[in-house]
Amino acid sequence: MQLLSTSLNRRQVLARTKQGLYGVALASLLQQSQPQAAPTAGVIGNLPLPVRAKRVIWMTMAGGPSHLELFDRKQKLADMSGQPMPASVTQGQQLAQLQGQKLFCLGPQFGFKKYGESGMEMSDLLPHLGSVADDICLVRSMTTEAINHDPAHMFMNTGSQIAGRPSMGSWVTYGLGSEAEDLPGFVVLVSTGKGRSPQPIAARQWSSGFLPSRYQGVQLRSSGDPVLYLSNPPGVSHAQQGMDVTAISQLNRQQERSTQDPEIATRIAQYEMAFQMQTSVPNLMDLSGEDALTISRYGCEPGDGSFASNCLLARRLAQQGVRFIQLYHRDWDHHSLLREELPLRAREVDQACAALINDLKHLGMFEDTLLVWSGEFGRTPMSQGNKGPIGRDHHNKSMSMWLAGAGVKGGTVYGGTDELGYSAVENVCTVHDLHATMLHQLGIQHDAFSVKFQGLDAKLTGVEGARVLHEILS
Amino acid sequence: MISSAASFRISLLCVVAALPVVNQTAAEEQVQFNRDIRPILSDNCFFCHGPDANHRQADLRLDLREEAIAANAFVPGKPGEGTLLERIMSDDPEQIMPPPDSHKKLTPAQKKTLQQWIAQGAEYQQHWSFEPPVKAEIPAGENGIDFLVQQRLQELGLKPSPEADRRTLVRRLYNDLIGLPPTPEQVNAFINDGSEDAYEKLVDSLLANPHYGERMGQWWLDLVRFADTIGYHSDNPRNVWPYRDYVIESFNENKPFDQFTIEQIAGDLLPEANQETRVGSGFNRLLLSTEEGGAQPKDYEARMLTDRVRAVGTVWLGMTTGCCQCHDHKFDPFTMRDFYSLGAFFADIQEPILGKREAGMLVITAEQEAELARRDAELKAAQKLANEAGAVLDKAQAEWEASLPSEGLSLPELAEDSKASKNEKDLAKAALDALSKPADQRDQKLKSAIQEYYRAVVNREHQETFAALKKAEQEKTGYENSLPHCIVSISTNNKRTVRILPRGNWMDESGEVMQPALPHFLPQPEFGERELTRLDLANWLVSRDNPLTARAYMNRLWKQFFGTGLSKVLDDLGAQGETPPNAPLLDWLACELMDSGWDVKHMVRLIVTSKTYQQTSVATPALLAADPYNREHARQSAFRMDAELVRDYALSVSGLLVLNIGGPSVKPYQPGGYWENLNFPRREYDADKGESQYRRGLYTWWQRTFLHPSLMAFDAPSREECCAERNRSNIPQQALVLLNDPTYVEAARKFAERILTEGPKSTEERLRWAWQQALQRDPDAEELKVIEPLLAQHLQVYREDPQAAESLLKTGLAPRNTELDPVELAAWSHVARVLLNLHETITRS
Repeated sequence: MQLLSTSLNRRQVLARTKQGLYGVALASLLQQSQPQAAPTAGVIGNLPLPVRAKRVIWMTMAGGPSHLELFDRKQKLADMSGQPMPASVTQGQQLAQLQGQKLFCLGPQFGFKKYGESGMEMSDLLPHLGSVADDICLVRSMTTEAINHDPAHMFMNTGSQIAGRPSMGSWVTYGLGSEAEDLPGFVVLVSTGKGRSPQPIAARQWSSGFLPSRYQGVQLRSSGDPVLYLSNPPGVSHAQQGMDVTAISQLNRQQERSTQDPEIATRIAQYEMAFQMQTSVPNLMDLSGEDALTISRYGCEPGDGSFASNCLLARRLAQQGVRFIQLYHRDWDHHSLLREELPLRAREVDQACAALINDLKHLGMFEDTLLVWSGEFGRTPMSQGNKGPIGRDHHNKSMSMWLAGAGVKGGTVYGGTDELGYSAVENVCTVHDLHATMLHQLGIQHDAFSVKFQGLDAKLTGVEGARVLHEILS
Repeated sequence: MISSAASFRISLLCVVAALPVVNQTAAEEQVQFNRDIRPILSDNCFFCHGPDANHRQADLRLDLREEAIAANAFVPGKPGEGTLLERIMSDDPEQIMPPPDSHKKLTPAQKKTLQQWIAQGAEYQQHWSFEPPVKAEIPAGENGIDFLVQQRLQELGLKPSPEADRRTLVRRLYNDLIGLPPTPEQVNAFINDGSEDAYEKLVDSLLANPHYGERMGQWWLDLVRFADTIGYHSDNPRNVWPYRDYVIESFNENKPFDQFTIEQIAGDLLPEANQETRVGSGFNRLLLSTEEGGAQPKDYEARMLTDRVRAVGTVWLGMTTGCCQCHDHKFDPFTMRDFYSLGAFFADIQEPILGKREAGMLVITAEQEAELARRDAELKAAQKLANEAGAVLDKAQAEWEASLPSEGLSLPELAEDSKASKNEKDLAKAALDALSKPADQRDQKLKSAIQEYYRAVVNREHQETFAALKKAEQEKTGYENSLPHCIVSISTNNKRTVRILPRGNWMDESGEVMQPALPHFLPQPEFGERELTRLDLANWLVSRDNPLTARAYMNRLWKQFFGTGLSKVLDDLGAQGETPPNAPLLDWLACELMDSGWDVKHMVRLIVTSKTYQQTSVATPALLAADPYNREHARQSAFRMDAELVRDYALSVSGLLVLNIGGPSVKPYQPGGYWENLNFPRREYDADKGESQYRRGLYTWWQRTFLHPSLMAFDAPSREECCAERNRSNIPQQALVLLNDPTYVEAARKFAERILTEGPKSTEERLRWAWQQALQRDPDAEELKVIEPLLAQHLQVYREDPQAAESLLKTGLAPRNTELDPVELAAWSHVARVLLNLHETITRS
C-alpha cells in the first residue's frame, strides 16, 4: 500500500510538472484561480467494469429513520397494534433499549399512498419524493449487524465495526481519484437544524483509516470557515497570502535543488492546492449565483446550513467533479415523539431530495450520479414507551433505503420484510451487498479492490463475500 | 530532476513487482524460504491452503512441508513432479492456481522462484520471527549496527554515504532525542567543540535531558492508544493523563523495558505494587468504552475483550490477531483458542462495562499525601467532637420526646401565628408526622426527621461543632477531588467468564469456556495446573522464551531514528509482514536489548553513535536509484516531523513554548464549532489561557472522535485503535494549518518580535539572525533575493493600511510588544511566517 501511494505521489507530481508547475504556475498564483478539469488519478488504472456512476451523493439519515412509517407499510402490524409482540419473533434477538421490556406491536402512525406510475407505496409524509418515485429504487430488505449508533455508522461507512478502517468515500477516491482539481475528492456536509438533541457523529465516519490521509473526507461547514483554517489570518489580504505562498515555494525549490528530496515537489504542489482552495471553496459555498427558481425548488435559504442547502451544494460539488459527497442529516432517533418529530424530519428532507433528483436530470447528470438515501439501521415494529410519548427502538433485522440514478432501475421495489416488518425475508441485503453494488456502478469489482493492511487484503466489502444487487440495476 | 525522477519510476516498478532491486542477485543464487518463498505462499496460497482448518480447501496445506509432500504438492528436488507447479503454470482457468476469482496472480518471476526452490530441495524454515533471535558475532570494538549494515552493503555492492555536516548532526540529534530545535548557540557550541568526544558528550547530555522522555513516549502513546476520552458515541472524558506522565517518567529514568512492560500489563499484581506501577497498569484501561443508551453489556464485554487482545498483539507481539475473533488466522499459527485464552487474562479487571468510567485512583505526591492526611485527621477530629455533641443531644432529645404529650401534639412552629421561617415550618411538619407514629414503628427516615428538627429548632446547642464537621468534610473531599486521578487496573476475584464466541458472535453462548493461556505455538515454560494471571503473561512477554517483544520494540525504535522500520511493516511480524532485508541486524538489536537488561537508553545510544546514523541524508542519484526507500541504510533519511513536533518547533522558535513536563491535557486554539457534532452532553471547547496554551503538542487534549484538527492534518492518529505506524502524508490541509491556524500566526508574530528586539539592527543582519533561529544556518544570496523584496512589499502594504497591521498583530492571546512599530512588526511577521512554513523547517534530515 505504501508503495502504491508513494508511486502515486510521484506520478502526480510528474503530471503536475508537465502542466508547468515550475514555470508559469507560481507566477500565476496571484491571479484568480480557475477550476481546472485535470483529473487526479486513482490507483485503479483501467476500470474492469463499465462505469455507470461517475460520482456518489450519499444522504445519511443519522439516527435510524423508521421504515415502518416511511417506506414499509405493514397491515398485520396495524391490525395487531397494542397487542403483545409474538415472542417467537423476538426470542434470542438483539435489542437495544427494549432489552428485558414487555414488547407490544405498534402499527404505522401515518398513512401511506401509492406514488407514480409504478405505484410505489410510501408515506404520506413524503409527497415530493413520491413525485419522483419512478426514478428511485426502494430497497425494503436491508439489514445491518450493529444496533447502536456509533458502531452502526462505522459499519455502514467502513464495512467494519472496528475503528480504523477507511470509509467508503476514502476507498472510492483512493481507487478512482478525483476530477476536482481544486477541491477535495471526498466532501462531507452535516446539516444544522433546530432539532432536539441529535446523536453525535464522529469524524471517524469520514476517516481515511489506513489509507493515506489525503483521501479523508473534508467537512464543508456552513458556519465559520467552510474548510478548517481556510481563511487568511486577520490583516492578511489575498494578495499578501499569495506573496507568502510564492516565497515559500521559491525557497522550497531552492532547497530541492540542493537536497534532491522528491517530497519537496509534492509540498510545493500542496501549497498551490491550498491557496487555490482558499478561493474555490468560498466560491462553491456562495449560492448567490443560483437563480431564485432553483433555490425555491430545493426550498432552502442560502447559507442556512439546512439539508436542502446541502443538497444544492452537493449538486454544485458534483458539477465540479467531486467524486464522493456525503450529506448527514441528524435527529432520526425516535425512541420517543415519533408522531411529533418524524413529520418534521420528513419535511426537512422530502422536497430537497426530489429537487436534487430533478435538478440532476435537468443537467443531464442523473445518469452518472449515484444517489443513496439510508439510515444506519431501522426501527422496531414494537413500541417504545419508556422514554416519553410513543416511539420505536433501534432495529437491525430490517430497514428500508433507496437508491437512484447511475443505472439503478427507477420505479422498483426490491426485497421485503415479514408481515410485522421485523425481519427482512425476501432478497435480504447486507451492508456489504450495498457497498458491492455501489462499487460495481463505479466500475470497481468489489472483491478485487483491496489494500494490504495488517497482513490482510482488506476490502470495503469484508471477508465474507458480498453480492452485487444486479436485480436493481438496468 | 526529470531524469532522476524517471529512473526513480523505473526502480519503483521493480519494487512493485515485489522484487526489490537490491535483492535480485541474491534471489538467483540460493532460494531462502523465509525471504523468497513464504511471502509468495502466504499472500497467494495460505488463505485456502494454510493454518485455518475451517477454510482449508482440498485438504491441502502448504504451510507445513510434510503435509504438502504427503499431498503431492511437490517432490523435493524434482520440479517436474507434484501438483503445485503444474497448477500455477496452467493456462486452464479451471486448473490455474491461484483461482481467477481470488484475483491473485503470480508473476512469472514468482513462478520461477517457486520452481527453483523445489529444484533446490524445497526446504522450509520456521517463520523468522517465531525463531529465537540469533546474535551475530561482532568483532571487538565495533558497533554492531555498523558492522551488520556494512556487511549487507558489501554484499549488495553499495557504499555508505559520508558523514552529515555538523549542523545537520546536531539538529538531527535534537529532533530525534528531545524533539526540539537547538538554538544557534547550541549548534555553534557543537560545531566549535574540537574535542574527540564532542558528539558523545552531546548525545549524553540529550539522553539526560528531561524532554527525552517526552520524545520517546510520543509514539508509545500512539501504540497503546492513549487518549483523554472514551471513544464511542458521547466520547466523554475520563481520568487518564497520569498514565501519559508515567510513560514520560519511565523513559526519563530509563526504566528497563521489561519492567515497563510488566507494570503496564500487571502493575497492580506485583508484590511490591505502588502508585507508579498501578498507574502503569492504566494501560489495561485505555480501550474504547461507551455510554450509549441501549448498549448491551455482553456486546461491549466482547468488544473490550477483543480490543485488549488486539492491543497486546500489536504492542508487544507485533502481531495481528484481530481476525481470530471470528476464525483461526489465515496466515499465522494464531488460533481462535489463542485469541480468547489471551483475552481471559484480562477477565479479572474490575470496570463498568457500560457507562461512565469511575474517577479512578488518586495519583499524588508525598506532599499532597501529607496534606490529604492532615485534612483527614482534621475531619476525624471534627467527627469525634460531633459524635460527642451528638450523644449529649441525643440524650436531651430523648428527654424532650418523653416530655411531649402523647395525644394532641402540636409544635409551636406550626401554630397559625408562628413567625418561624419556612424551613423551620417544613422541619416541624416532617417531625410532627414522624412523632405521630409510635416510637417502635419509626424507620430511619422518620427518626432523622425528628432529630433534624430537634437540633435545628428545639435545641440549638453545639451547632458550631456540626458546622465545623461539615467544613472539614468539604475541605477534605474538595481537596481530594482536585487531585489527579487515573483509571487503573484493579483485580477482582469475581472474574468474567470468557467463552470462545463462535464467528465472533457475542449472543452465541455455546462456545467453550476459556482459561488464560499463552499462544500455543510460541515457546513457554511449564506452568503446571495453576491458573495463569496477567503477571504470568507480562513476565512471559519479556522472557527469553518469547521471540517477538524485543524485535517488535527495536523495529519501531529504529523507525524513530531512520524513518522506517527494519521490517517496514511495524504492526505485523507475522507471515504477511515483511522479513527485514537485514534480518541479522534486527536480531542483533533484539538480543542486545535483552542482554543489556532491556536498557533502552543503551540501545538509543548505540543507534545514534553508529556511523550508519551519522551519514548524510542527501542521496546520490545512483544510490536513489539502487535503493529508493533507503532500506539498506547506505545513507540517512529525511522525513517530515510528526504532528506534535511541527507545533513544538514553531512555538520554540517563537519563544512561546512552555516546557513544563506533565500534567492535565491542554487545549490549544481550535476553530469554533469543531465539536458541534458531539453530544450527550453538548460541549464547548474552551481554549486554554496562559501557560497551558503554549505547551508541547503531546499534551494536547486527545478527543478521539474529534482530534484537534491541526494535529490531525499532520497525521496524528485518533488513537481509537493501537497505532504502530502513523501515515506520513503531504496534503493541502497542512499548508492551511501552517499558514492560517492562529497558533502558527501567533508564533510568527512573536518570532518577529524576537527578530526586532533580540536581533541586530540592519535588515540583512536581521534576516541572518532569523534564519539562524529557524534553521540554524545563514540564508544564501538566492534566498535573500526572495525574502528581501517580500519584506519590502509587506512593509508597503501595511504602511498604506496600518489597520491591517493592527489586525494581524491581534492574533492569539500573547500580548504584543507595544514598543515596536506595528507596521514593521506586521511585515516582519510575514518573514517569520515564511520561515515557519518551509519544508526544511518541518523536515528532519
